[in-house]
Amino acid sequence: MESSGLRAPCSLLVLLSALVLPPTLAIEVYTDREVYGTVGSRVTLSCSFWSSEWISDDVSVTWHYQPDHSREMYSIFHYAKGQPSIDAGVFKDRIEWVGSPKWKDASIVLHNLELIDNGTFTCDVKNPPDVVGKSSYVHLQVQEKGAARAGLVLGIIIAVALALVIVVTILILLIRYCWLRRQVRVQRELSALERGKLHKAKDSSKRSSRQTPILYAMLDQTRGKASEKKGKGGIGDSRKDRK
Amino acid sequence: MLLLLLGIIVLHVAVLVLLFVSTIVSSWLVGNGYSADLWQNCSTTTTGTWHCLTSSNNEWLQSVQAMMILSIIFSVLSLFLFFCQLFTLTKGGRFYITGFFQVLAAACVMAGASIFTVRHSEWQTAVNDPSYGFAYILAWVAFPLAAVSGIIYIILRKRE
Repeated sequence: MESSGLRAPCSLLVLLSALVLPPTLAIEVYTDREVYGTVGSRVTLSCSFWSSEWISDDVSVTWHYQPDHSREMYSIFHYAKGQPSIDAGVFKDRIEWVGSPKWKDASIVLHNLELIDNGTFTCDVKNPPDVVGKSSYVHLQVQEKGAARAGLVLGIIIAVALALVIVVTILILLIRYCWLRRQVRVQRELSALERGKLHKAKDSSKRSSRQTPILYAMLDQTRGKASEKKGKGGIGDSRKDRK
Repeated sequence: MLLLLLGIIVLHVAVLVLLFVSTIVSSWLVGNGYSADLWQNCSTTTTGTWHCLTSSNNEWLQSVQAMMILSIIFSVLSLFLFFCQLFTLTKGGRFYITGFFQVLAAACVMAGASIFTVRHSEWQTAVNDPSYGFAYILAWVAFPLAAVSGIIYIILRKRE
Protein backbone atom coordinates (compact mmCIF):
# COMPACT_ATOMS: atom_id res chain seq x y z
CA MET A 1 0.00 0.00 0.00
CA GLU A 2 1.11 3.54 -0.61
CA SER A 3 1.58 5.88 2.26
CA SER A 4 -1.22 8.32 2.91
CA GLY A 5 1.12 11.20 2.23
CA LEU A 6 1.34 10.07 -1.36
CA ARG A 7 -2.43 9.59 -1.56
CA ALA A 8 -3.33 13.23 -0.99
CA PRO A 9 -1.40 14.70 -3.93
CA CYS A 10 -2.63 11.80 -6.00
CA SER A 11 -6.24 12.59 -5.27
CA LEU A 12 -5.52 16.25 -5.94
CA LEU A 13 -4.09 15.24 -9.29
CA VAL A 14 -7.19 13.18 -10.01
CA LEU A 15 -9.34 16.18 -9.21
CA LEU A 16 -7.23 18.42 -11.41
CA SER A 17 -7.24 16.00 -14.28
CA ALA A 18 -10.98 15.54 -13.90
CA LEU A 19 -11.42 19.30 -14.08
CA VAL A 20 -8.91 20.15 -16.78
CA LEU A 21 -8.50 17.07 -18.92
CA PRO A 22 -11.00 14.62 -20.32
CA PRO A 23 -11.46 11.74 -17.84
CA THR A 24 -10.28 9.12 -20.34
CA LEU A 25 -6.69 10.18 -19.81
CA ALA A 26 -6.39 8.37 -16.47
CA ILE A 27 -5.54 4.68 -16.44
CA GLU A 28 -8.56 2.44 -16.00
CA VAL A 29 -8.44 -1.03 -14.51
CA TYR A 30 -11.20 -3.59 -14.91
CA THR A 31 -11.83 -6.82 -13.03
CA ASP A 32 -14.81 -9.02 -12.27
CA ARG A 33 -16.71 -8.14 -9.11
CA GLU A 34 -16.99 -11.68 -7.84
CA VAL A 35 -15.42 -15.00 -8.77
CA TYR A 36 -16.20 -18.46 -7.42
CA GLY A 37 -13.98 -21.45 -7.04
CA THR A 38 -14.16 -24.85 -5.42
CA VAL A 39 -11.65 -26.31 -3.01
CA GLY A 40 -8.61 -27.75 -4.78
CA SER A 41 -9.39 -26.24 -8.16
CA ARG A 42 -7.92 -23.13 -9.72
CA VAL A 43 -9.42 -19.80 -10.58
CA THR A 44 -8.40 -17.04 -12.96
CA LEU A 45 -8.44 -13.53 -11.58
CA SER A 46 -8.77 -11.60 -14.77
CA CYS A 47 -7.68 -8.00 -14.87
CA SER A 48 -7.51 -5.74 -17.86
CA PHE A 49 -6.62 -2.08 -18.11
CA TRP A 50 -6.89 0.79 -20.49
CA SER A 51 -4.36 3.54 -20.78
CA SER A 52 -4.23 6.50 -23.11
CA GLU A 53 -0.44 6.30 -23.15
CA TRP A 54 1.72 3.93 -25.11
CA ILE A 55 2.37 0.76 -23.09
CA SER A 56 5.97 1.34 -22.05
CA ASP A 57 8.43 -1.16 -20.60
CA ASP A 58 7.98 0.55 -17.24
CA VAL A 59 4.45 -0.79 -16.86
CA SER A 60 3.96 -2.36 -13.44
CA VAL A 61 1.21 -4.56 -12.02
CA THR A 62 0.54 -5.18 -8.35
CA TRP A 63 -2.00 -7.58 -6.86
CA HIS A 64 -3.04 -7.01 -3.25
CA TYR A 65 -4.93 -9.44 -1.08
CA GLN A 66 -7.19 -8.75 1.87
CA PRO A 67 -8.67 -11.81 3.61
CA ASP A 68 -12.32 -11.67 4.69
CA HIS A 69 -12.81 -10.48 8.26
CA SER A 70 -9.34 -8.99 8.31
CA ARG A 71 -8.31 -5.39 7.90
CA GLU A 72 -4.82 -6.25 6.80
CA MET A 73 -3.96 -5.90 3.14
CA TYR A 74 -0.71 -7.11 1.69
CA SER A 75 0.71 -7.48 -1.76
CA ILE A 76 1.00 -10.97 -3.20
CA PHE A 77 2.28 -10.35 -6.70
CA HIS A 78 4.40 -7.84 -8.57
CA TYR A 79 5.17 -7.34 -12.20
CA ALA A 80 7.78 -4.75 -13.03
CA LYS A 81 10.35 -4.23 -15.77
CA GLY A 82 9.11 -7.30 -17.60
CA GLN A 83 9.71 -9.60 -14.64
CA PRO A 84 6.93 -11.20 -12.57
CA SER A 85 7.72 -11.80 -8.93
CA ILE A 86 5.62 -13.60 -6.35
CA ASP A 87 5.75 -12.30 -2.80
CA ALA A 88 6.02 -14.59 0.19
CA GLY A 89 2.76 -15.43 1.85
CA VAL A 90 -0.13 -17.88 1.68
CA PHE A 91 -0.04 -17.80 -2.12
CA LYS A 92 3.70 -18.30 -2.42
CA ASP A 93 3.69 -21.28 -4.78
CA ARG A 94 0.18 -21.03 -6.03
CA ILE A 95 0.20 -17.96 -8.27
CA GLU A 96 0.74 -18.16 -12.00
CA TRP A 97 1.21 -15.10 -14.16
CA VAL A 98 -0.89 -15.37 -17.32
CA GLY A 99 -1.15 -11.71 -18.26
CA SER A 100 0.65 -9.81 -20.97
CA PRO A 101 0.85 -6.05 -20.44
CA LYS A 102 1.38 -5.50 -24.17
CA TRP A 103 -2.19 -6.70 -24.66
CA LYS A 104 -3.41 -4.72 -21.64
CA ASP A 105 -3.90 -7.89 -19.65
CA ALA A 106 -2.73 -8.33 -16.05
CA SER A 107 -4.45 -11.57 -15.06
CA ILE A 108 -3.17 -14.17 -12.61
CA VAL A 109 -4.26 -17.72 -11.85
CA LEU A 110 -4.59 -19.07 -8.30
CA HIS A 111 -3.96 -22.79 -7.99
CA ASN A 112 -5.07 -25.30 -5.39
CA LEU A 113 -7.70 -23.16 -3.70
CA GLU A 114 -8.46 -23.50 0.00
CA LEU A 115 -11.46 -22.40 2.03
CA ILE A 116 -9.39 -19.77 3.84
CA ASP A 117 -8.54 -18.03 0.56
CA ASN A 118 -11.82 -16.13 0.66
CA GLY A 119 -11.02 -12.48 0.31
CA THR A 120 -10.70 -9.41 -1.85
CA PHE A 121 -8.01 -9.16 -4.49
CA THR A 122 -7.08 -5.75 -5.83
CA CYS A 123 -5.48 -5.23 -9.21
CA ASP A 124 -3.37 -2.10 -9.55
CA VAL A 125 -1.66 -1.11 -12.81
CA LYS A 126 0.73 1.77 -13.39
CA ASN A 127 1.89 2.75 -16.83
CA PRO A 128 4.27 5.68 -16.37
CA PRO A 129 3.65 8.48 -16.99
CA ASP A 130 0.02 7.36 -16.80
CA VAL A 131 -0.12 6.45 -13.11
CA VAL A 132 -3.32 8.14 -12.01
CA GLY A 133 -6.32 5.91 -11.74
CA LYS A 134 -8.39 3.76 -9.47
CA SER A 135 -7.48 0.16 -8.84
CA SER A 136 -10.15 -2.49 -9.22
CA TYR A 137 -11.00 -5.25 -6.80
CA VAL A 138 -12.49 -8.72 -7.18
CA HIS A 139 -13.90 -10.86 -4.40
CA LEU A 140 -13.05 -14.55 -4.36
CA GLN A 141 -15.44 -17.01 -2.80
CA VAL A 142 -14.21 -20.55 -2.35
CA GLN A 143 -16.83 -23.23 -1.80
CA GLU A 144 -16.66 -26.79 -0.72
CA LYS A 145 -17.01 -29.32 -3.44
CA GLY A 146 -20.46 -30.60 -2.58
CA ALA A 147 -21.90 -27.18 -1.84
CA ALA A 148 -25.01 -26.12 -3.65
CA ARG A 149 -24.47 -23.84 -6.57
CA ALA A 150 -25.89 -20.35 -6.40
CA GLY A 151 -29.50 -20.29 -7.46
CA LEU A 152 -29.80 -24.05 -7.91
CA VAL A 153 -32.12 -24.74 -5.00
CA LEU A 154 -33.91 -21.47 -5.71
CA GLY A 155 -34.56 -22.48 -9.29
CA ILE A 156 -35.64 -25.99 -8.37
CA ILE A 157 -38.15 -24.81 -5.76
CA ILE A 158 -39.70 -22.21 -8.03
CA ALA A 159 -39.80 -24.56 -11.00
CA VAL A 160 -41.40 -27.36 -8.98
CA ALA A 161 -44.00 -25.04 -7.44
CA LEU A 162 -44.97 -23.50 -10.77
CA ALA A 163 -45.03 -26.91 -12.47
CA LEU A 164 -47.28 -28.21 -9.68
CA VAL A 165 -49.66 -25.30 -10.14
CA ILE A 166 -49.74 -25.78 -13.90
CA VAL A 167 -50.30 -29.54 -13.58
CA VAL A 168 -53.11 -29.05 -11.07
CA THR A 169 -54.69 -26.42 -13.30
CA ILE A 170 -54.53 -28.71 -16.32
CA LEU A 171 -55.95 -31.61 -14.26
CA ILE A 172 -58.84 -29.48 -13.04
CA LEU A 173 -59.56 -28.26 -16.54
CA LEU A 174 -59.43 -31.84 -17.86
CA ILE A 175 -61.73 -33.14 -15.14
CA ARG A 176 -64.12 -30.28 -15.76
CA TYR A 177 -64.02 -30.91 -19.49
CA CYS A 178 -64.72 -34.63 -19.03
CA TRP A 179 -67.47 -33.86 -16.55
CA LEU A 180 -69.05 -31.40 -18.97
CA ARG A 181 -68.83 -33.92 -21.79
CA ARG A 182 -70.39 -36.59 -19.61
CA GLN A 183 -73.08 -34.14 -18.60
CA VAL A 184 -73.81 -33.42 -22.23
CA ARG A 185 -73.92 -37.16 -23.01
CA VAL A 186 -76.17 -37.87 -20.07
CA GLN A 187 -78.38 -35.01 -21.15
CA ARG A 188 -78.51 -36.38 -24.66
CA GLU A 189 -79.29 -39.87 -23.39
CA LEU A 190 -81.95 -38.49 -21.13
CA SER A 191 -83.48 -36.52 -23.91
CA ALA A 192 -83.23 -39.55 -26.16
CA LEU A 193 -84.91 -41.61 -23.49
CA GLU A 194 -87.54 -38.97 -23.18
CA ARG A 195 -88.00 -38.95 -26.90
CA GLY A 196 -88.15 -42.70 -26.77
CA LYS A 197 -90.90 -42.45 -24.22
CA LEU A 198 -92.61 -39.96 -26.44
CA HIS A 199 -92.05 -42.36 -29.27
CA LYS A 200 -93.70 -45.10 -27.29
CA ALA A 201 -96.41 -42.69 -26.33
CA LYS A 202 -96.79 -41.82 -29.97
CA ASP A 203 -96.73 -45.53 -30.77
CA SER A 204 -99.60 -45.98 -28.44
CA SER A 205 -101.21 -42.98 -30.00
CA LYS A 206 -100.40 -44.59 -33.34
CA ARG A 207 -102.25 -47.64 -32.26
CA SER A 208 -105.07 -45.48 -31.22
CA SER A 209 -104.75 -43.52 -34.43
CA ARG A 210 -105.16 -46.72 -36.29
CA GLN A 211 -108.32 -47.15 -34.45
CA THR A 212 -109.29 -43.56 -34.87
CA PRO A 213 -110.60 -43.88 -38.37
CA ILE A 214 -113.01 -46.36 -37.02
CA LEU A 215 -113.78 -44.05 -34.18
CA TYR A 216 -114.00 -41.14 -36.52
CA ALA A 217 -116.01 -43.23 -38.81
CA MET A 218 -118.22 -43.98 -35.94
CA LEU A 219 -118.27 -40.28 -35.11
CA ASP A 220 -118.92 -39.57 -38.72
CA GLN A 221 -121.78 -41.83 -38.50
CA THR A 222 -123.03 -40.23 -35.36
CA ARG A 223 -122.19 -36.54 -36.03
CA GLY A 224 -122.21 -36.43 -39.76
CA LYS A 225 -120.50 -33.52 -41.61
CA ALA A 226 -118.99 -31.69 -38.62
CA SER A 227 -116.20 -34.32 -37.92
CA GLU A 228 -114.87 -34.63 -41.48
CA LYS A 229 -111.86 -32.32 -40.81
CA LYS A 230 -110.90 -34.18 -37.66
CA GLY A 231 -110.85 -37.42 -39.57
CA LYS A 232 -108.42 -35.94 -42.08
CA GLY A 233 -106.22 -34.65 -39.25
CA GLY A 234 -106.06 -38.12 -37.76
CA ILE A 235 -104.81 -39.58 -41.00
CA GLY A 236 -102.19 -36.84 -41.23
CA ASP A 237 -100.90 -37.71 -37.76
CA SER A 238 -100.45 -41.34 -38.61
CA ARG A 239 -98.45 -40.31 -41.68
CA LYS A 240 -96.12 -38.21 -39.54
CA ASP A 241 -95.53 -41.13 -37.22
CA ARG A 242 -94.49 -43.33 -40.04
CA LYS A 243 -91.88 -40.82 -41.04
CA MET B 1 -70.35 -2.36 -4.40
CA LEU B 2 -67.92 -0.13 -6.29
CA LEU B 3 -66.39 1.01 -3.01
CA LEU B 4 -65.92 -2.60 -1.90
CA LEU B 5 -64.33 -3.46 -5.22
CA LEU B 6 -61.96 -0.52 -4.94
CA GLY B 7 -61.08 -1.48 -1.38
CA ILE B 8 -60.24 -5.04 -2.40
CA ILE B 9 -58.04 -3.89 -5.27
CA VAL B 10 -56.25 -1.39 -3.03
CA LEU B 11 -55.66 -4.12 -0.44
CA HIS B 12 -54.29 -6.45 -3.10
CA VAL B 13 -51.96 -3.81 -4.53
CA ALA B 14 -50.80 -2.96 -1.01
CA VAL B 15 -49.93 -6.62 -0.42
CA LEU B 16 -48.02 -6.68 -3.69
CA VAL B 17 -46.07 -3.53 -2.79
CA LEU B 18 -45.21 -4.98 0.62
CA LEU B 19 -44.01 -8.20 -0.98
CA PHE B 20 -41.88 -6.39 -3.52
CA VAL B 21 -40.35 -4.04 -0.96
CA SER B 22 -39.57 -6.79 1.51
CA THR B 23 -38.03 -8.96 -1.21
CA ILE B 24 -35.84 -6.26 -2.71
CA VAL B 25 -34.88 -3.87 0.08
CA SER B 26 -31.63 -4.67 1.81
CA SER B 27 -32.55 -4.67 5.47
CA TRP B 28 -33.71 -8.05 6.69
CA LEU B 29 -30.97 -7.98 9.27
CA VAL B 30 -29.36 -4.78 10.45
CA GLY B 31 -26.46 -4.24 12.78
CA ASN B 32 -23.88 -1.60 13.44
CA GLY B 33 -22.69 -0.48 10.02
CA TYR B 34 -24.10 -3.63 8.53
CA SER B 35 -27.23 -4.68 6.70
CA ALA B 36 -28.19 -7.87 4.95
CA ASP B 37 -31.06 -9.05 2.83
CA LEU B 38 -31.85 -12.12 0.82
CA TRP B 39 -29.45 -11.20 -1.94
CA GLN B 40 -26.42 -9.47 -0.51
CA ASN B 41 -24.55 -8.51 2.62
CA CYS B 42 -23.47 -4.91 2.89
CA SER B 43 -21.10 -3.41 5.41
CA THR B 44 -18.89 -0.40 5.84
CA THR B 45 -15.28 -1.25 5.15
CA THR B 46 -12.24 0.13 6.88
CA THR B 47 -12.00 2.97 4.40
CA GLY B 48 -15.56 4.01 5.17
CA THR B 49 -17.09 2.97 1.89
CA TRP B 50 -20.27 0.92 1.61
CA HIS B 51 -19.30 -2.49 0.29
CA CYS B 52 -21.76 -5.20 -0.76
CA LEU B 53 -21.08 -8.88 -1.31
CA THR B 54 -23.34 -11.57 -2.69
CA SER B 55 -25.04 -13.69 -0.07
CA SER B 56 -23.96 -17.24 0.57
CA ASN B 57 -25.37 -20.21 -1.30
CA ASN B 58 -26.97 -21.72 1.77
CA GLU B 59 -29.90 -23.95 0.83
CA TRP B 60 -32.19 -22.43 3.41
CA LEU B 61 -31.44 -18.93 2.21
CA GLN B 62 -32.21 -20.02 -1.33
CA SER B 63 -35.51 -21.49 -0.21
CA VAL B 64 -36.39 -18.19 1.48
CA GLN B 65 -35.61 -16.42 -1.79
CA ALA B 66 -37.74 -18.93 -3.68
CA MET B 67 -40.67 -18.51 -1.28
CA MET B 68 -40.62 -14.72 -1.60
CA ILE B 69 -40.46 -14.91 -5.40
CA LEU B 70 -43.26 -17.49 -5.46
CA SER B 71 -45.45 -15.33 -3.25
CA ILE B 72 -44.95 -12.40 -5.63
CA ILE B 73 -45.75 -14.59 -8.64
CA PHE B 74 -48.91 -15.99 -7.02
CA SER B 75 -50.09 -12.57 -5.88
CA VAL B 76 -49.61 -11.06 -9.34
CA LEU B 77 -51.36 -14.07 -10.86
CA SER B 78 -54.19 -13.63 -8.39
CA LEU B 79 -54.63 -9.96 -9.33
CA PHE B 80 -54.65 -10.92 -12.99
CA LEU B 81 -57.21 -13.68 -12.41
CA PHE B 82 -59.34 -11.30 -10.36
CA PHE B 83 -59.73 -8.97 -13.32
CA CYS B 84 -60.42 -11.94 -15.59
CA GLN B 85 -63.08 -13.31 -13.26
CA LEU B 86 -64.56 -9.85 -12.73
CA PHE B 87 -65.63 -9.82 -16.35
CA THR B 88 -66.32 -13.49 -17.00
CA LEU B 89 -67.88 -14.74 -13.78
CA THR B 90 -71.64 -15.22 -13.75
CA LYS B 91 -73.67 -13.21 -11.29
CA GLY B 92 -73.53 -14.69 -7.80
CA GLY B 93 -70.34 -16.67 -8.52
CA ARG B 94 -67.41 -16.65 -6.11
CA PHE B 95 -63.79 -15.72 -6.82
CA TYR B 96 -62.49 -19.14 -5.80
CA ILE B 97 -59.43 -19.24 -8.08
CA THR B 98 -58.38 -15.68 -7.26
CA GLY B 99 -58.74 -16.35 -3.56
CA PHE B 100 -56.90 -19.65 -3.81
CA PHE B 101 -53.84 -18.05 -5.38
CA GLN B 102 -53.87 -15.18 -2.91
CA VAL B 103 -54.00 -17.60 0.03
CA LEU B 104 -51.16 -19.54 -1.61
CA ALA B 105 -49.13 -16.31 -1.78
CA ALA B 106 -49.82 -15.72 1.91
CA ALA B 107 -48.69 -19.26 2.75
CA CYS B 108 -45.48 -18.76 0.72
CA VAL B 109 -44.52 -15.48 2.40
CA MET B 110 -45.23 -17.02 5.79
CA ALA B 111 -43.05 -20.03 4.99
CA GLY B 112 -40.25 -17.78 3.74
CA ALA B 113 -40.28 -15.50 6.77
CA SER B 114 -40.47 -18.49 9.13
CA ILE B 115 -37.50 -20.19 7.51
CA PHE B 116 -35.56 -16.94 7.72
CA THR B 117 -36.40 -16.55 11.40
CA VAL B 118 -35.28 -20.04 12.30
CA ARG B 119 -32.29 -20.48 10.02
CA HIS B 120 -30.72 -17.06 9.50
CA SER B 121 -27.88 -17.81 11.92
CA GLU B 122 -26.59 -20.43 9.48
CA TRP B 123 -25.44 -17.89 6.93
CA GLN B 124 -25.15 -14.75 9.05
CA THR B 125 -22.14 -15.65 11.08
CA ALA B 126 -20.18 -12.46 10.58
CA VAL B 127 -22.38 -10.05 12.46
CA ASN B 128 -22.46 -10.10 16.24
CA ASP B 129 -25.88 -8.99 17.43
CA PRO B 130 -28.17 -8.61 14.45
CA SER B 131 -31.66 -7.22 14.81
CA TYR B 132 -34.43 -7.67 12.29
CA GLY B 133 -34.80 -4.86 9.77
CA PHE B 134 -37.99 -3.34 8.42
CA ALA B 135 -38.05 -5.51 5.29
CA TYR B 136 -38.41 -8.56 7.54
CA ILE B 137 -41.26 -6.90 9.44
CA LEU B 138 -42.95 -5.93 6.17
CA ALA B 139 -42.85 -9.56 5.08
CA TRP B 140 -44.64 -10.53 8.29
CA VAL B 141 -47.18 -7.71 7.75
CA ALA B 142 -47.77 -8.86 4.20
CA PHE B 143 -48.73 -12.37 5.38
CA PRO B 144 -51.97 -11.54 7.29
CA LEU B 145 -52.96 -8.92 4.72
CA ALA B 146 -52.60 -11.44 1.89
CA ALA B 147 -54.49 -14.05 3.88
CA VAL B 148 -57.33 -11.61 4.63
CA SER B 149 -57.61 -10.49 1.03
CA GLY B 150 -57.58 -14.12 -0.11
CA ILE B 151 -60.37 -15.02 2.31
CA ILE B 152 -62.37 -11.97 1.18
CA TYR B 153 -62.08 -13.18 -2.40
CA ILE B 154 -63.41 -16.59 -1.41
CA ILE B 155 -66.31 -15.19 0.60
CA LEU B 156 -67.17 -12.51 -1.91
CA ARG B 157 -70.01 -13.10 -4.36
CA LYS B 158 -70.15 -11.26 -7.60
CA ARG B 159 -72.97 -8.79 -7.92
CA GLU B 160 -73.93 -6.56 -10.76
